[in-house]
Amino acid sequence: MAGANNAVLMRRELLTRLAKLYNQGELKLKIDRIPLELRPKDAEPSRCCVYKDRAMLRYKLMALLGFNIRDEQDELTPLSDYVDRAFARTEIEQEPLTVVDEVCNACVKTNYVVTSLCRGCLARACMTSCNKDAIRFENGQAHIDHSKCVNCGMCFKSCPFHAIVYIPVPCEEACPVGAISKREDGTEQIDYNKCIYCGRCIVSCPFGAVMEKSHIMDVFRAFSSGRKVVAMVAPAIAGQFKAPLSKILGAIRDLGFDDVIEVAKGADETTANEAREFMHKMAEGQKFMTTSCCPSYTTAVNKHLPELKPFVSDTGTPMYYTARLARAMYPDAVLVFVGPCLAKRYEAFVDPNTDLMLSFEEVGAMFVARGIDVAGVASTELDRSIDSTSRGYPVSAGVMTAVATKVGSAVEIRPMVINGINKQSLREMKMLPKTCTANMVEVMACEGGCVNGCNVIANPKIATRQVDEVVKQAE
Amino acid sequence: MGKKLTVKICTGTLCYVMGGADLQLLDEQLSPELLSRVDIMGSPCLDCCNHDDSAQAPFVKVGERVVSGATISKVIDAIKDELSKQ
Repeated sequence: MAGANNAVLMRRELLTRLAKLYNQGELKLKIDRIPLELRPKDAEPSRCCVYKDRAMLRYKLMALLGFNIRDEQDELTPLSDYVDRAFARTEIEQEPLTVVDEVCNACVKTNYVVTSLCRGCLARACMTSCNKDAIRFENGQAHIDHSKCVNCGMCFKSCPFHAIVYIPVPCEEACPVGAISKREDGTEQIDYNKCIYCGRCIVSCPFGAVMEKSHIMDVFRAFSSGRKVVAMVAPAIAGQFKAPLSKILGAIRDLGFDDVIEVAKGADETTANEAREFMHKMAEGQKFMTTSCCPSYTTAVNKHLPELKPFVSDTGTPMYYTARLARAMYPDAVLVFVGPCLAKRYEAFVDPNTDLMLSFEEVGAMFVARGIDVAGVASTELDRSIDSTSRGYPVSAGVMTAVATKVGSAVEIRPMVINGINKQSLREMKMLPKTCTANMVEVMACEGGCVNGCNVIANPKIATRQVDEVVKQAE
Repeated sequence: MGKKLTVKICTGTLCYVMGGADLQLLDEQLSPELLSRVDIMGSPCLDCCNHDDSAQAPFVKVGERVVSGATISKVIDAIKDELSKQ
């Protein structure tokens, strides 16, 4: 999503160190040293002191080991104990996020603050406009009583000197559905009755306090279990490294997977079924149909847009069909989906055949830990039977293009593409059953498509170019 | 005007994962004047990372100078500096 800021890079550094120690067989022995190595005594702390920094890194590692930070019973439990517990667990959890309280708690409770630019004017419009009597004057300057303020913003609007500033809480601001909010103590909590797994909170938090509970330990466990382990790789991977797709897939195989299957294969089935369903529904007189492959969108429909439900395609996602195919080929294997976002992590839990999920970022860290340079590995053969349009799914309008190509001239398609879920597009979608003039609507939660998912590595612009190139080559 | 200054952005996997991916858009951030004086290219692993210290990635080579922990602004500064020596 956003460029790689220091919070993102720190997460990758931690992932890489964790994977490196695992590869060396020293994870249990040395994991508790990682925070000390990254913040030695003489280092410049990013928060108040190196000890606070180390505590934050410890909790971040706990999330990367796959644990809920709130489940901590004893603060003295070393990370090495969590390593044991991670290897002992046999199931992943449904809800994929955890807020690292130690890292959070830094944001304001009241969004409006009076700065020293306040002139203490005669008008005092801030005071007269406040309906909650929250503003008083001290030494000729306005002050906001945080116990009374309800964040209405009237004072902010009324100050002629712009002396009152708005300070956002980034995660709350970024969440399109109001699913993240403060507890009494100021830390953030996620309401899973509302969360649509878009991952904006992860990307927006400047401290990196919202984290995915990684499955990386569960994948390591699978590698040592004696069972076959199969990677199912989302087509957005084509844009993630500076190397041809055939090499990227080869590098993933080199991580220890017994087979690597392209999820574009399942997209073939999604396209065929969705095209058939579309023609059927139009013949039945249905007003329009929307796509169903973005799990963040379908979750948004289930939790927030019930009026849209009858219009969502019943067709399965590319992950669903790919995993069904993989399960038929490898009945006893551990099936690992490799994808770009939190929503797919959630879908991996819900999907009947998929067992685990690795993000692009996690795969990237595993490459680095193993010293794999993607451009230098042996290529694998790409599956030539896959339709070129299926490789175009991860870019906005890609699914529409695939379905429209399949439908051809059988039915006239009037397309509408909703490129990104945000507060405004949610309002528009709510109105679709009444206002929609298109008959086919594609919705992707991330602006630009899956290439802009919350845990991609490459800049989405570059990734889009590379995906387009792969589509062209496959034509 | 002399020979163009070569700017090699490492696209090795380590550099790419550790923030190098964003350097791919360097050309969009350069002024037309600077852009006309440099040759920007992606490069296979520059082999600067083999010191077991990934914190130093990503790497960019501006002429003969190695920029470590490279960001777009750091690279632009290095380009200006190298050009001023020409």
